[in-house]
Amino acid sequence: MTFLFKWEWLPKLASGLLVTVEVTATCVTIGFVLGILLALARVYGRKPLSIPANIFIQFFRGTPLLVQLLLVYYGLPQLGITISAVLSAILALGLNTAAYQAEYFRGAIQSVKKGQMLAARSLGMSLPQSIRYVILPQALRLVIPAWSNELILMLKGSSIVYIVTILDIMGESKRIANKYFNYLDVYVVAALFYLALVLIVSLLLRELERRVRIPGLGLSIERR
Amino acid sequence: MSTPLLKVLDIHKRYGSEEVLRGVSFDVERGETKVFIGPSGTGKSTLLRCVNQLTPPDKGQVFLEGAEVTHHKADINRLRASMGFVFQDFNLFAHLTAMQNVGIGPMTVNGMHKQRAQARALAELERVGLGEKSNAYPAQLSGGQQQRVSIARALAMDPKLILFDEPTSALDPELIGEVLEVMIELAREGMTMLCVTHEMGFARSVANEIIFMEHGVIVEQGPPQQMFTNAKHPRTGEFLRKISELYGETNQ
Amino acid sequence: MLLRATLLNIELLFALLVVGFIVGTIVAILQVYGGRVLGLIAFIYEWIFRSIPPLVLLVILYFGPSQFGLSVSRFVAVTVALGLCSSGYQSQVFRGAILSISHGQMMAARSLGMSRTRAIASVILPQAFRLSIPGWSNEFSAVAKDTTLAYVVSFNELLRTAGSIIDRDYSLTIPAYLTVALIFLVLTYAGNRSLGWLEKRTRIPGLQVAGSTEEGQS
Repeated sequence: MTFLFKWEWLPKLASGLLVTVEVTATCVTIGFVLGILLALARVYGRKPLSIPANIFIQFFRGTPLLVQLLLVYYGLPQLGITISAVLSAILALGLNTAAYQAEYFRGAIQSVKKGQMLAARSLGMSLPQSIRYVILPQALRLVIPAWSNELILMLKGSSIVYIVTILDIMGESKRIANKYFNYLDVYVVAALFYLALVLIVSLLLRELERRVRIPGLGLSIERR
Repeated sequence: MSTPLLKVLDIHKRYGSEEVLRGVSFDVERGETKVFIGPSGTGKSTLLRCVNQLTPPDKGQVFLEGAEVTHHKADINRLRASMGFVFQDFNLFAHLTAMQNVGIGPMTVNGMHKQRAQARALAELERVGLGEKSNAYPAQLSGGQQQRVSIARALAMDPKLILFDEPTSALDPELIGEVLEVMIELAREGMTMLCVTHEMGFARSVANEIIFMEHGVIVEQGPPQQMFTNAKHPRTGEFLRKISELYGETNQ
Repeated sequence: MLLRATLLNIELLFALLVVGFIVGTIVAILQVYGGRVLGLIAFIYEWIFRSIPPLVLLVILYFGPSQFGLSVSRFVAVTVALGLCSSGYQSQVFRGAILSISHGQMMAARSLGMSRTRAIASVILPQAFRLSIPGWSNEFSAVAKDTTLAYVVSFNELLRTAGSIIDRDYSLTIPAYLTVALIFLVLTYAGNRSLGWLEKRTRIPGLQVAGSTEEGQS
């Protein structure tokens, strides 16, 4: 059993790592913004707003990520829309994570005590003001555990984008594997890269939670 | 003084099959303190919430200095900003310090500059005796302290009147006194106040009028002297006696 | 044709859930009752298999052996890879459930004379499994969708079959994938409903935990 891994593969894998991080960061950010909007639509919006939001959420949570990716990547050209592979991937992943994040945000928003909204309104704050200054600051703190989970899931989920020719960790690994007929070693190293990423991100998120903690404000929200 | 500060006309409110308020009307002049008493569940809290529309009434009108609060085109946020509301559960903003809690209203609703708002917040906190606790979070304060911060929060908005919804009911007995002290001082300074409370000592000493409600209507109203000694309605006397037994004469 | 392929996905799903269940239970028990060394090993195991992308593990298990001239069946590769990853999550769910059962239960069992193993099997686990149902159904939904990863190793499951339909006629791209999506929506819905039913059937008055199946729907 010979260990054939060559150190000169590392730079390529590192560039793949960068791509993985970029893709994940971008789609999670899209998911964050869109997710909050969807959650607000579901909690505070009237039917014409909350129902489409819900349909969106149910669809993207109920169907596999890979199907969504292929649908976007192969389907959009059919509609005459051509965008780069990276954009398709980010779009598909972004919509997917938005749906999951929306549900976590919704849970967090709904677990903020009802009296908080009453107090805000009784001071004369409008609904948008109440959401911005009172509800969201609390909800966003409450959502951190569940959100961290989603970030890590996305990090792992981003591995599928190599299927649509993107050179992330897996993409680069596959090229090396095919070129050198080395399947085990390079993929194991890829796995180690992911493990390291997950570890670093977990630690960072735990630090974030610690930093924004406020005495008396805490709850555990059900996560996956 | 022609128009009363607050005019409440024929308020009706129904929850499901139960009609909680069946036509309640009263006026409040500037500087008056009115105390609402009555058995629990008779809609007293609901009435207060109808005044600032946290609970919109099914029928009836509310006028603040002549402006109709219940009108569908009313700028409800502006109107609420001129009415203070103190909740039974305090409802301090959990993610803000005491000072931030008091300052956020002036800043976001009244558009005050941050510096001025902070200074004002500090002043109000000192007024209620909590100047040194300005950087504490609600969870770090006792119930009595939280309620006092909540009163400071209402005061910082320069309200025309303050609504108190059972402000001491959620407090441990030893902490009730500090809150009542603040309220009594406010009444003496001429703040217009509407209070729903069981604190008879407070009612007796500062109320201009006591309003007894039962089954969604006002049974009797009058100055404390009259209500306590010479109640016209038998139910009034009965209730007052029971309450005085139960709660005793709380501190002045 | 698509429906026949769906059956393959379902087979995969059950196979890997069983693997995940068995391994997950063992790992959870080891973490709670296993003592320092075994507990640590179990903890590391859980961490690794929750952090590694299932796709990567699958690729390692399917393509890896070919480096040594060995071949692995697609079904086995997918089942083991996804099963092990699932075991990481399942063990987390079970561990949470086991820990939420009051210590008094174990003490009562031991004082009746039961051995630790007997106590775990007869007293702790039956309660833990019931409490796990909401969290487990989350995992179920997630993993049902992960079966599509078998696409990557050209296993003729649903997604791959749809792909070959599309290869023959590109205009069918959107309808084909939407159909696959729809099938999964039905699958996960049916699965969640069944698990909800199971929760109700096995419910014992007084034995419950916050966070019902409704909120936990994936």
